[in-house]
Amino acid sequence: MSDPKRPLPRADEFDTRDFWSATKNKEFKYQQCSNCETIIFYSRRHCTGCTEGNLEWKTATGRGTIYTFSVVRQSYHPFFRNQVPYAVAWIDMDEGPRILSNIVGVTDPMNDLKIGQAVTVEWEEHEDLCIPLFKPA
Amino acid sequence: MSQKRDAAIVGIHEYPSRDVEGEISPLQIKAESAAKALSDAGLNWSDVDAIYDAGDGGGMSGLNIAEYFGLNPNVIDTTGVGGSSYEFHAAHAKRDIAAGKAKVALLTYGSTAHSNARAIGVGGRGGGSMHPAENMDAFAGMTLIANYAMVAHRHMHQYGTTSEQLAEISVATRYHAMRNPEAVRAMEDLEFLDIRETTINDVVNSRMIADPLHLLECCMISDGGGAVVIASPEVARDCRKPPVWILGSGEATKYPKNGGDITSSAAVQSAPQAFGEAGVTPGEIDIAMIYDSFSITVLTLLEDLGFCKKGEGGAWVSGGRLRFDNPNGPALNTDGGGLSSNHPGMRGIFLLIEAARQLRGESTSQVKDARLAVAHGNGGMLGSRHSAGTIILGRD
Repeated sequence: MSDPKRPLPRADEFDTRDFWSATKNKEFKYQQCSNCETIIFYSRRHCTGCTEGNLEWKTATGRGTIYTFSVVRQSYHPFFRNQVPYAVAWIDMDEGPRILSNIVGVTDPMNDLKIGQAVTVEWEEHEDLCIPLFKPA
Repeated sequence: MSQKRDAAIVGIHEYPSRDVEGEISPLQIKAESAAKALSDAGLNWSDVDAIYDAGDGGGMSGLNIAEYFGLNPNVIDTTGVGGSSYEFHAAHAKRDIAAGKAKVALLTYGSTAHSNARAIGVGGRGGGSMHPAENMDAFAGMTLIANYAMVAHRHMHQYGTTSEQLAEISVATRYHAMRNPEAVRAMEDLEFLDIRETTINDVVNSRMIADPLHLLECCMISDGGGAVVIASPEVARDCRKPPVWILGSGEATKYPKNGGDITSSAAVQSAPQAFGEAGVTPGEIDIAMIYDSFSITVLTLLEDLGFCKKGEGGAWVSGGRLRFDNPNGPALNTDGGGLSSNHPGMRGIFLLIEAARQLRGESTSQVKDARLAVAHGNGGMLGSRHSAGTIILGRD
């Protein structure tokens, strides 16, 4: 039996496949409509701000701040049960997208993290894509 | 008051067991509950001409449930929005009855979440489907409680809310549960360790599950179910029990938005619809049946329903305000709630059932002369995509 693995996204999911494809190059992509300027994240085929949408792909710097987080002490998931305690957070990227991820690179997440703290993306490499985790900036 | 009395709850039943030990199916719970709720109303299967179903008995429920019950309804509504589905169903039943499409509507729920060891409550994990949003979220290992914990953490950050204030909600619901024999039996059957009234200290000293939420701020994982019968005024007048009128309803959904405020919920949209239609204000409400998956759910929803201003919920609930014997009121979840009586996964039907008991004068934590109740269901997950169904109920 191999060790349980982190659940990975499906690379062929219709709306998010281009986002995940770009992570192979460690690029954090998001969309903005050139017609109404709405930022679209998670990525979609249609603009949610206007009916004449023209979505353009942009690349984020990978910098953001912690909007909120929790430290998970108990999980029944085969992978995550061995990761406790770990930090789950909503991150506001500097460009506007809000993403759910983990904060890594801290020894004591309960005390080392704060809402509003600056973080930066830390790519976790997998065979077909990279996962955007975050660490304190 | 120019309230329209188009439809009323006339029959209710809450399935008594919270641990069926795998001996009965969700569909069987639904059917038994339906029969008892119809009997409670003095009606029969043949009176039912509208079915509302959240799909808890299996897929394609719109096709299957009528056959299983042996009915030929004119209205079939399979709105499935998680735990608040039953508030949506009550709203739709009122609308369909007012439109003349139906006279007797049947809502049912059955679940064997406990027997199935389904992952809700303290250890559950969200996600898993192929919706694109889930394809973005699943890698992070956000447990169900972590989803709510992140709302609580942000609420504390933005407004200074404390764990002690959140604990008031757990303490009040347990206070009510200890007066409800079915809730006490539920806690015994589910092997709660220490079955008694709790204090704020008990709650904040219980084990941390996902910061900042503790064990005693999390709902139980039970089996269970129930049924509600809603009828037209003509039918209601001849029923066995006094009618509990549906005075107003509101529906909404909310989902993560870039730059959005996680501390307020879809109730901000559903509540004004419901209170406006009913022509009442939160200050007039005697009974608040609020979906208590976790302590923070109730605090957020009380604010969003308009009982107090956003961010002031912590101070507002303090001092035991939500207990049924506190005259400041409203009384919260007088059956013991999802925290201490019944949470098989989609608790919304019990909000309607206990609100109806209160307005009939049948609760085990009865508020004297209770006149108006709100039942607010939250489906999905408060901290990400969720639904809000608000129902205002009143007696004659």
